[in-house]
Amino acid sequence: MNKNTNKVANFFTWLIVLALTASCLLPLVNMVAISFSDSASAAANQVGLIPVHFNLSSYRMILEDHQFWLSFGISIERVVLGTLINLVLIVLMAYPLSKNKRDFHARNIYMNLIIFAMLFNGGMIPSFIVIKSLGLMDTIWALVLPGAVPIFNVILMMNFFKGLPNALEEAAIMDGASKMTVLLKIYLPLSLPGLATVSLFAIVGHWNDYFSGLLYMNRAANYPLQTYIQQLNIDITKVTDASQLHALTSISNKTLNAAKIVVSTVPLLLIYPFLQKYFVTGMTIGSVKE
Amino acid sequence: MQLARTQKKQHKDSQLMYHLMMLPGMLFLLVFSFVPMAGIVMAFQNYIPAKGILGSDWVGLANFKYMFQIPDSMQILANTVIIAGWKIVFNTIVPVVFALLLNEIRVNWAKRTIQTVVYLPNFLSWVVLATVVINLFDYHGPVNTFLQTFGVKPILFMGSNDWFRPIMIGSDVWKGFGYGSIIYLAALTGIDPGLYEAAEMDGASRWSQLLHVTLPGMLPTIMMMTALNLTNILNAGFDQIFNMYNPIVYQTGDIIDTYVYRVGLLGQQYSLGTAIGLLKSLVGATLMISANEASKKFANMQIF
Repeated sequence: MNKNTNKVANFFTWLIVLALTASCLLPLVNMVAISFSDSASAAANQVGLIPVHFNLSSYRMILEDHQFWLSFGISIERVVLGTLINLVLIVLMAYPLSKNKRDFHARNIYMNLIIFAMLFNGGMIPSFIVIKSLGLMDTIWALVLPGAVPIFNVILMMNFFKGLPNALEEAAIMDGASKMTVLLKIYLPLSLPGLATVSLFAIVGHWNDYFSGLLYMNRAANYPLQTYIQQLNIDITKVTDASQLHALTSISNKTLNAAKIVVSTVPLLLIYPFLQKYFVTGMTIGSVKE
Repeated sequence: MQLARTQKKQHKDSQLMYHLMMLPGMLFLLVFSFVPMAGIVMAFQNYIPAKGILGSDWVGLANFKYMFQIPDSMQILANTVIIAGWKIVFNTIVPVVFALLLNEIRVNWAKRTIQTVVYLPNFLSWVVLATVVINLFDYHGPVNTFLQTFGVKPILFMGSNDWFRPIMIGSDVWKGFGYGSIIYLAALTGIDPGLYEAAEMDGASRWSQLLHVTLPGMLPTIMMMTALNLTNILNAGFDQIFNMYNPIVYQTGDIIDTYVYRVGLLGQQYSLGTAIGLLKSLVGATLMISANEASKKFANMQIF
């Protein structure tokens, strides 16, 4: 009898897990199928998981869409520049913070300031006014500088550094190495998993952010890709009655928008295998024991 | 003697070096975090952009009083807390249950494939996923087509005040449950296998092993994550709602953050928007500190 109940339990375990897994996969497959279908079938909602009247016309239209590639370029530029700035600042801050109070007297003062900045913020409007009065509107700097110090990632990296053996550093200091040399020559080479984790978080964050583009870019030509795509969807957020909503959602260019979404997701899919390898490390060293 | 002196000098040099390392990051925080905090004074002013912060008139708590007189304010607060509250509940339960179920699957390649798939939505932006969700719940979309086979008339989901909140809560859980389960899977592997062996010796069934070994083993992690999640009670998910709401569903879907953006920033009521933001930030910070204290005390873990 016990064996039978186990079999039933096993069956339901697989059933629920597979259903949840399918729920994550199928809507995305549907999006891809729509992007390869002809627009009439897509508008008539005939596309399921396989393209109907397979064709590449949406992708051909994207190739000729100047603004799309402009925005794509801005996003790439932002990811490269933003992630580099993030990494340099994270490493420089995480190292002194990984020391205890005896080694670095001001450590706790800095730590409290950082935690304060993490917990409390001025909010959307004061930040907007600061960016505006610094003259950063419509520049790439408005996209990369406000988030230059990702505090969560600094703490994550700090914990990673704390886990490294102390003996190497002591030996190097005995030989007269400076703290900067220790950081660059000893800590960094040992920290590749930690660096990979914070870089990947930074890359995904920069790539996916649409809101700073919306806030700080007045000209559509300066939009990063996610903001550009967000503007395609925004139509429905302005409607005021149900029939209008219904009409708008049925005339929108489904296949083209689907194709734009697919292309915008490709870079993430390319780094996803690396992401998967490292974010588990990130999650587990992220849960702090001090 | 000589050695001690060099060590002392080295120690002093290191202090300077440490400060220099902190400097660039702290400058960025100063400009982009601490200066905006000073901008909070706008909450106590009638801020007019042309006059600037120094030239605008002080109005004391008038903005805060006005905030509570706006007829919509209670509705917006309720929307925020209801959506955020249910998200917290399901974003705890679903990942825990999923981790428990996944842990029972012993076929390794299947387990890895499942993980690859369920972690994916977490890395896609709400801009992308909003399109996916709106398409799914379209008037002629897959969900309505499916319901029609049971004779249910098509529903205009995205324009329905009955359905907007459930869709927001459901799609948020859908996006995050896989990724959220990672920390619980890690907690599961941390449970001493000896405990299961002992339970089996005592003739405990799989169900009672779950109740008496697995759940107690996961409890500290569950408690810490719940405490952490509770700090988001006023964060109902701006990115998600902003990309899916429309004026028809303001009644159930307009939350604090969308209101601040629409009325405070676009409507240029800067002082009102800042005042609302300030209250929200205060509540969030207080909750975060309490959560940290609580998890230190009860789960022996520290968030920061």
